[in-house]
Amino acid sequence: MSLNNQGRPTAPESGSGDGGRATFTGNKGLQIEEPLLFEIGRAEVTGVDIEEVADFVPRLGGAKRKTGIGLPGLSEPETIRHYVRLSQKNYAIDTGLYPLGSCTMKHNPRINEKMARLPGFSDIHPLQPRSTVPGAVELIGELARWLMEITGTAAVAMSPKAGAHGELCGMMAIRAALEARGESRSSVLVPESAHGTNPATAALLGYKVVDIPSRDDGTVAPEAVAELMSEDVAGIMLTNPNTCGLFERDVKEIAAIVHEHGGYFYADGANLNAIMGKVRPGDLGVDAMHINLHKTFSTPHGGGGPGAGPVVLSERLAAFAPVPFLRRDGEGWDWIETARAASDEELPFGRMTAFHGQMGMYVRALSWMYGHGADGIRQAAEDAVLNANYVRAGLSDVMSLPFGDRPCMHEALFDDAFLKDTGITTLDFAKAMIDEGYHPMTMYFPLVVHGALLIEPTESESKASVDLFVATLRDLAMSVRNGDTGRFAGAPRLAPRRRLDETRAARKPVLKWSPPDQLAEVST
Amino acid sequence: MRFLPLTDDDRRTMLQSIGVGAIDDLFADLPSAERLDGPLDLPNHMGEATLERRLARMAGRNVPAGSVPFFVGAGAYRHHVPATVDHLIQRSEFLTAYTPYQPEISQGTLQALFEFQTQVANLTGMEVANASMYDGSTGTAEAVLMAHRVTRRDTALLSGGLHPQYREVVETVSRLSDHKTIALPADPGGTEDLLERIDDTLSCVVVQSPSFFGQIADIAAIAEKAHAHGALLVVVFTEAVSLGLIEAPGALGADIVVGEGQSIGNALNFGGPYVGLFATRQKYLRQMPGRICGETVDADGARGFVLTMSTREQHIRREKATSNICTNSGLCSLAFSIHMTLLGEAGLTRLARLNHARACHLADLLAAVPGVELLNESFFNEFTIRVPGEANSVIERLAERGILGGVPVSRLLPGDEALADLIVVAATETSSEEDCAAYAAALKEVLA
Amino acid sequence: MSRLYTAEHEWVSVEGDVATIGISDYAQEQLGDVVFVEVPEAGRTLAKGDEAAVVESVKAASEVYAPLGGKVTEANAALVEDPARVNSEPEAGGWFFKMQLADKAELDGLMTEDAYKAYIETL
Repeated sequence: MSLNNQGRPTAPESGSGDGGRATFTGNKGLQIEEPLLFEIGRAEVTGVDIEEVADFVPRLGGAKRKTGIGLPGLSEPETIRHYVRLSQKNYAIDTGLYPLGSCTMKHNPRINEKMARLPGFSDIHPLQPRSTVPGAVELIGELARWLMEITGTAAVAMSPKAGAHGELCGMMAIRAALEARGESRSSVLVPESAHGTNPATAALLGYKVVDIPSRDDGTVAPEAVAELMSEDVAGIMLTNPNTCGLFERDVKEIAAIVHEHGGYFYADGANLNAIMGKVRPGDLGVDAMHINLHKTFSTPHGGGGPGAGPVVLSERLAAFAPVPFLRRDGEGWDWIETARAASDEELPFGRMTAFHGQMGMYVRALSWMYGHGADGIRQAAEDAVLNANYVRAGLSDVMSLPFGDRPCMHEALFDDAFLKDTGITTLDFAKAMIDEGYHPMTMYFPLVVHGALLIEPTESESKASVDLFVATLRDLAMSVRNGDTGRFAGAPRLAPRRRLDETRAARKPVLKWSPPDQLAEVST
Repeated sequence: MRFLPLTDDDRRTMLQSIGVGAIDDLFADLPSAERLDGPLDLPNHMGEATLERRLARMAGRNVPAGSVPFFVGAGAYRHHVPATVDHLIQRSEFLTAYTPYQPEISQGTLQALFEFQTQVANLTGMEVANASMYDGSTGTAEAVLMAHRVTRRDTALLSGGLHPQYREVVETVSRLSDHKTIALPADPGGTEDLLERIDDTLSCVVVQSPSFFGQIADIAAIAEKAHAHGALLVVVFTEAVSLGLIEAPGALGADIVVGEGQSIGNALNFGGPYVGLFATRQKYLRQMPGRICGETVDADGARGFVLTMSTREQHIRREKATSNICTNSGLCSLAFSIHMTLLGEAGLTRLARLNHARACHLADLLAAVPGVELLNESFFNEFTIRVPGEANSVIERLAERGILGGVPVSRLLPGDEALADLIVVAATETSSEEDCAAYAAALKEVLA
Repeated sequence: MSRLYTAEHEWVSVEGDVATIGISDYAQEQLGDVVFVEVPEAGRTLAKGDEAAVVESVKAASEVYAPLGGKVTEANAALVEDPARVNSEPEAGGWFFKMQLADKAELDGLMTEDAYKAYIETL
């Protein structure tokens, strides 16, 4: 069997078993124990006053609802309390540093929210007459222009709704380009260090995924690519800087090898924050690259989404952008919504989503770009790389660097060698950070090192913030050295919840609330 | 610059600690020929006031839906979103929180997701729902892929009532993942014989109800036939409010219910971000794509919530994942959930009745305009009318008179003569009596 | 006949023509809590080395390969309700599936229990 043992204990050692209650309410000061909506709401209560319709004859063709729905309601004050109390259990960028490698958890400017809510952007329908929304097309065109300028590319497919969706778009464009040449290739090269979305995307499109091993310093060797490249390989999916936080210094040679064999270079743009304003991916041979507006360009993570993943395209792939796409029209842009409206040179491979894309995120991203400008973009990349190296330098003597103490880009990768024989795992170390008031860094990714800890401070952290973070990790690392396992076992102790039993959640999935009398019937 | 806390002094000190002379020493691996010597050819940073002015000018060129009589639907609907919703989703701890992979400090997001999943499952009459997809159209494509996995067949039958852009998305994904689709022609009259086309080659039958043209389908009959042939029934909806009045697809035999949640809690936003709702039967749980939140306990025995069943997902299974999807629609699903909480069952039912009543009223007014024909016998809050002449020209002339009267079908289905005189018209609780009267009057004028 | 093992941590126990297959105690310990097992259906034909089953812990999924070729006769239904059995009884009640062997000579390539014990010491 393939024995993927990065799975680690996920059932915590049990504590007192009485819910940790010290108060009558179970509350701890400002931390309120908030029941489920379904335990406090009632079907007949509502927080919205809606006109009751006088008798009328419905025209539903007999489809009128006969069953109850099961949706409790709350009044407005109860609703506000319910959600404010829930919000207080969340860590957030506005609370503190997120050292999450690969996520680029930078500050989300509040002006972005104000701009996105202007009625001229938020209260317009994608299908109202085009003559009534020239400013929308103008904004999308302006964002496209900035994205192309930053990346040095010829075109951009704006519609993908998230990074992974953008990956799908870029790879679909590649497949369409090959088909247009009358070719059908069967595999795609993906480094072992790649994010899981890369091979998942390739496999979805029917490609066999061929792993490229990394060399000892964590990067991809052109020789390794040359060995695997052939006329049966559609292309390569590379992240640059890579997921180990290192710039792929042989990227041009790798691009050349792929192109020589008629293949395409897909770049995962997750780490664009390190190089924007310093070098342009288009100049390095990239054919398609998705950009995570929710990473590099500060659109809020919102607890898991929404994202946006526009894909910049080289000349070789520009023609295959899906509908809807922008077409230059003098000083402005034309908006092409259907394949029928495409010219003979435009060969859209299809459509990624209904309507036009994530307009709400476009406004926020462009607002960020205007607020930073060319000078700020370049400075932000430099500060991001500076902060990451400062963290690396501050921890290199107490934590272990898998590729040696060499400069990194915007993120610093450590492994668990410094935890060897201590009985403390990467997971324990990370959970102890929670008690210190920090969200843990990215753990166990990339898979190419053991027990990875990937730290990306971003440019939004002040020196004082990074100093405290480094000091805290040093303190934790010293505890490890001194055998103070108590600090780690059973952490966190001070968060709204202790460690949760993920094994139980997976073995006996309970994925929605059921009324108590129905619980016996709920099958698992 | 206001967003960058490091000062030049800080930078100097830090470079010293790192042991390099200049910042570009940390960029040494960048190829020298392509390295940028100076900033990009773009404007420098703008202060907030300048930035605001620029974007406000762009926004000012657009006609907001709320400023005119507005009847545009076709998959996205203008409803009133209570101020409470927008206020709550802007709380820092919701807005700027990461994906809840560290559950101990993400119980706010996770409990809200658990409540959301319950609301969606109950609304659709299904046993389990996920934490949301990007939107209804991509959710539909994922539903089709899921049906292929469950049945081990590779062909999907798409009703002619399916939103044309949803169909295009499904066809794109199918073609490029080597699956097949059979799409019936556009069905404005609700007269297609879908049952006759169901056979043993199909993994699923995909039906939208209410359809793109507003027609309400006979879900139970389609379910029976599909099941008799070993196929799954995928029911799609684009107007979530309809489920406040129309029978739940789950109660009628649907195997997967997928749709657009934008109507509840989310603004029109020119097409995105939206929120895909996805629900299915318990027995297909492992094949369901997307994030899922589940209930458990912590080390002290306190109830808590976690993302679960992650081994279906890309970050674990990589090329064997059920989907490549990474995000859900986070904040949009929270907005949906908050609005649904404010509405409650009583409020949603009332809202749905009001929508339907307004649409009935408008349908009567428009049908009374000489030359206009109403195609639907049944509908929820959206219906199709036939006008004399080209529909898109009628819409343009209505716009000139300050009425946004709906969507000409030819905008999404160009080049089909038989559809060129059709308009899809939506009415919601925001369509006042005056608006409806103004529409009818303007239409009469335009057609005279 | 006593139990035989593969270097990929599967075990085989043969009675006549029928082999019972599972994963070793070492493997279950490495995986952590098992939350789900996907077993092959009866009637499926497997060649040696084919992906036969998948074991899921919370954070990882591991493939189980067929140590021998043959036809699956039975899958362990108990694992559906109680995947934890793989952790508690990996080499008894936590068996994955039984198969009718195609070529008993393939057994020669497998390790004895002692050889396997020595092997895992080196890991």
